[in-house]
Amino acid sequence: MSQQRIPAWVTVIGVPLVNILLAAIVSGFVFMYLNISPIDAVKTMAYGAFGSSYGWGYTLYYTTSFIFTGLAVAVAFHASLFNIGGEGQAYVGALGVGLVCLLLGGKIPFLLLLPLSIIAGGLFGALWAFIPAWLQATRGSHVVITTIMFNFIAASFMAYLLVEVLKPEGSMAVESAVFHEASWIPKIWELAGTMGIKMQRSPLNLSIIWALICSVFVYFFIWRTKWGYEIRSLGQNASAAEYAGINLNKTIIMTMLISGMLAGFFALNVVQGEAHQIKLSLVNGMGFTGIAVALMGRNHPIGIVLASLLFGFLYQGGGELQFEYGVDPRIIVVLQGLVILFSGALEHMTKHPVENAYLKLSQLVGKQEAKGA
Amino acid sequence: MDLFNNIILILDATLRVSTPLIFAALAGMFSERSGVVNIALEGKILASAFAGAAAAYITNSPWMGLLAGVFVSVMFAMLHGFATVTHRGDQVVSGMAINILAAGLTASLGNFWFHQGGNTPNLVDSLNGIDARFEPIVFPFAKALEDVPVIGGLYSELLSGHFLLVYLALLAVPASWFLLFRTRFGLRLRAVGENPTAVDTAGISVVRMRYMALIICGVLAGLAGVYLSVAVTAQFLPNMSAGKGYMALAALIFGKWRPRGALLACLMFGVLQAIADRSQGAMIGAFEIPVQFIEALPYILTVVLLGGFIGTAVAPKAVGKPYVKERE
Amino acid sequence: MTAQTDVAVQMAIELRGIDKRFGAVHANKNIDLKVEKGTIHGIVGENGAGKSTLMSIIYGFYEADKGEILIDEKVTKISDSKVAIASGIGMVHQHFMLIQNFTALENVILGAESGMMLNVSMEKARKELTRLASEYGLDVPLDVPVEQLSVGMQQRIEILKALYRGARILILDEPTGVLTPQEAEHLFKVLAALKEQGNTVIIITHKLQEIMAVTDNVSIMRRGEMVGHVKTAETNREQLAELMVGRKVLLRVNKTEAKPAGTLLKVNNLSWTDSAGVLRLDNVNFNVRAGEIVGIAGVSGNGQSELLELLSGIKNIQHGSIEVSGKTLDENHQLTPSEVRDIGVAHIPEDRHKMGLVNSFAADEAFILGYHRNDVYNAKLLMDQAAIKNDCAEKMEKWDVRPQDPKLKTANFSGGNQQKLVIAREMEQSPDVLLVGQPTRGVDIGAIESIHNRIIEMRDAGKAVLLVSVELEEIMSLADRILVMFDGKIVGEVPTDVANEQILGLMMANIVPDEVKALQKEAHS
Repeated sequence: MSQQRIPAWVTVIGVPLVNILLAAIVSGFVFMYLNISPIDAVKTMAYGAFGSSYGWGYTLYYTTSFIFTGLAVAVAFHASLFNIGGEGQAYVGALGVGLVCLLLGGKIPFLLLLPLSIIAGGLFGALWAFIPAWLQATRGSHVVITTIMFNFIAASFMAYLLVEVLKPEGSMAVESAVFHEASWIPKIWELAGTMGIKMQRSPLNLSIIWALICSVFVYFFIWRTKWGYEIRSLGQNASAAEYAGINLNKTIIMTMLISGMLAGFFALNVVQGEAHQIKLSLVNGMGFTGIAVALMGRNHPIGIVLASLLFGFLYQGGGELQFEYGVDPRIIVVLQGLVILFSGALEHMTKHPVENAYLKLSQLVGKQEAKGA
Repeated sequence: MDLFNNIILILDATLRVSTPLIFAALAGMFSERSGVVNIALEGKILASAFAGAAAAYITNSPWMGLLAGVFVSVMFAMLHGFATVTHRGDQVVSGMAINILAAGLTASLGNFWFHQGGNTPNLVDSLNGIDARFEPIVFPFAKALEDVPVIGGLYSELLSGHFLLVYLALLAVPASWFLLFRTRFGLRLRAVGENPTAVDTAGISVVRMRYMALIICGVLAGLAGVYLSVAVTAQFLPNMSAGKGYMALAALIFGKWRPRGALLACLMFGVLQAIADRSQGAMIGAFEIPVQFIEALPYILTVVLLGGFIGTAVAPKAVGKPYVKERE
Repeated sequence: MTAQTDVAVQMAIELRGIDKRFGAVHANKNIDLKVEKGTIHGIVGENGAGKSTLMSIIYGFYEADKGEILIDEKVTKISDSKVAIASGIGMVHQHFMLIQNFTALENVILGAESGMMLNVSMEKARKELTRLASEYGLDVPLDVPVEQLSVGMQQRIEILKALYRGARILILDEPTGVLTPQEAEHLFKVLAALKEQGNTVIIITHKLQEIMAVTDNVSIMRRGEMVGHVKTAETNREQLAELMVGRKVLLRVNKTEAKPAGTLLKVNNLSWTDSAGVLRLDNVNFNVRAGEIVGIAGVSGNGQSELLELLSGIKNIQHGSIEVSGKTLDENHQLTPSEVRDIGVAHIPEDRHKMGLVNSFAADEAFILGYHRNDVYNAKLLMDQAAIKNDCAEKMEKWDVRPQDPKLKTANFSGGNQQKLVIAREMEQSPDVLLVGQPTRGVDIGAIESIHNRIIEMRDAGKAVLLVSVELEEIMSLADRILVMFDGKIVGEVPTDVANEQILGLMMANIVPDEVKALQKEAHS
């Protein structure tokens, strides 16, 4: 017990903000080294990301992807499981979504197909998380290592399927056939067009609605249901959870299945919404970005949506930097690494100084008030 | 004779492919034996490959490349130590951050310095007088014995003609074993990964031991990276580590955190890789094994091992846990 | 005091004004201590009196906030364990500081190696250890991983470790807590031999009979303070006990005669072996009737925890059976902890931080732990937040949990209030059988009384109560019958009106006094 209470907002909002600020400052130095004024860079990125309906579209398209992978990491975190396998789960999820679209696209109405592809994407993602989950629950093999391994197994598995099974006869490119147009998730700009609102083309599609629904679902699931209660108990104090009669193995597996499912939904946005075909390495590191998103968003859906928006901005704005400065767009990967470093690995470094600073400040203010009175 | 030559060629390739895995697995061993989980091997390999190639190109010397690569890898290891040992941060998160940082930094710095889409220029470029690649070491009489049956294959092809770093990797295995199991340093290192509190009460600094382990880890991982860019490819290519850090981690687990075990696992993974590289798959009877399956096999085997289905892999007890002096 | 008036005696250790805080906890308050050279010096005190902290300061594991330490009458600044070792101090911690997969030899040389190469150190240590072993009777297998050795052996290695480092002052923290009587006996011989050679031994314990048996001088700690120094020859257990707890040991709760009815809990031939193959429970039999409190006394670690965990469904039954609420449970008929709750068994766990609470949860969330699936807390798919909060607020008021804020984080309550929260949660489910483990551990005096009264109330309401406690006075003041456990076995049963500290103390050391034997014979005939 501390003699003086630190209000929750200091740790929940203050410390993360300081961490992000530190990441931003270090990024600023990197930009300066690359002969780019950080302020100009932010302006360019902001214009690229938010200056037009085109920019917005892309930003929100990326945001959608990150919400899925970020929620996936966060749900597992609540059970103190570190699911690094979002990358593989999303990739295999793409297989589920792709199969539904390839097999049923054009044969059944979109409104019937969509629930099926959602289920398939979630199911395939969940299945890919199942073996690591089962091994953790029954054999004690750490999910960190097994999910890393499963990312590679997924890459080989998908490469095999693409080369040997999914690639259309006579095609050179290692990718599946393009889905029937009737299976595509509608783009926002098209929908807006039918309503008479003019928007530039962008890959933003209706998946974003599903991403937001998932965020709300995760909130209620984790904080308002008995299953969420059990997950949090397990994550915070496993022996207390055992004492409470919570089935630890079942809870671990359930948590990982939901985590994998959320990662699998990623494919709705990227595959069914935009690419309309299964491609090699379509996840492209966005599963890992989910870790940064979850850490930054403090594993809370609201935080995750905001962090996803920030990363969406970085991804889209980063692309803009390339046009403007000829800098490699992967500079945003550096930012992502810095965010994970400061809000994840170095969180203890800032916590105490920030809390102490708060205490000092509140004492000072207290003295001032005392003087005033 | 054809079969013999094929086998020699595959074994030859195995040595080449295994070398970075051996360095990296040993690197991981020092780190994890001291109690620090290291999923950041991948990032260190990538960063040192880049720094090595860049420095070798600029100074026109592979040795300067080696120094630079190792230095950068050690710096990343120190960052890992700063986050996880000094500030007791989560070791997996920190490793993740380093991997992602390395991927981003190598690409953007590479593009900024050399304007070749993230590549470094080729280290062998006679037009511009650049020759900064490590040369293979040819053993005495290797040329003369080349055509002698069997001996030629074994000596001239398989043993001779590798890069210095290949031989160094093979030497590093017994050296690591000696350091770990026959010296005071090794005893303390193993102890700190098992029970840091006991080490603390024995008057040994846990923090110091873990930093030392991370320095060695950095040096070895750096050699893996330098090997890839300055020796094999003679150039840095973005993401050229291509999962080798993770595969080394798998080999380390597969080898049960022991030098010899890790070596064998690396060689086994290397053989699989060499087979996969050489063919579009392997035939067992009339059944064709897809090449992708062979590529995935190291990871599948490691998962099976971790599941306790083929022997058990017991990690150092304190691995992954930041050391905090507890109130009794 | 009298023990330190002689000017001629030399002091091995002297502490002046040692003060140490951990956050808000004041663990050591202005401690003075003098330990004579060549003596065995006991330090007694209840759990949490600050003994271990004080010794860890001497050993350099923690640094004191204030005060100075004199070793061999010279002021020494002990900044870390290295300095302590160099000054000739060795410590055997309560939880051994051994690397489990190292051999004895490797453990001994760790941190005291001679040179870079291990083989040199090993050879030197092997010779030296053989010498020490014969000199003090400390034989251990040198080349076997210590995880394969018994606890007694491991303790010998710890002592050897200290001696190998040239320790002249040896500190032992609760050395007999985990030993068999034979092992303890042997340990005392070793300590006597050490003293013979002119070494100084400090022994921390809360067992008074040990103090009386082996020490020359005793210092008594209570609540972080040093409250007395006496010569062992000039004191007795009663006086020490009084100093330790700070009041006459007559904490009898007002309770009426028990009116036991039918048996609600019956344990038959229960045995249980842990994953390391150690038999933790050995053929345990007893019953608890409605309207009585059965106390289980014993030194911690003698199978009490395993018993509670088996009864509450946390551990699986391997051998024997449990009859409870009309059901018979055995290795083929197991219940999960939640099913055990459903049939009317509530469990107040021994360690509230480890099991009873989730410290990062709000109080009302922690308040439903284990009952979170109950209908009252759930409205269809979602949990009923308002019901949970209101129920918790209501019970907080009833049980006087302070502060009365259901949304305050559990970690921010004091120990006593946390415990009340757990007890309220379990008792309010009005179970038929109540399993209670260490109900007042780390709880302030004021709360102890009310917790004790609640337990009596449960008894009087016709519940069967099984009380496990290492505090003898608690057992004696609450229980109607007392069972004593030792090494996984029930040593014997004593009616409370017969029980006293001496009888129970003997039984806890596996010695059944004649008067108890007679009683048992009587009961059988």
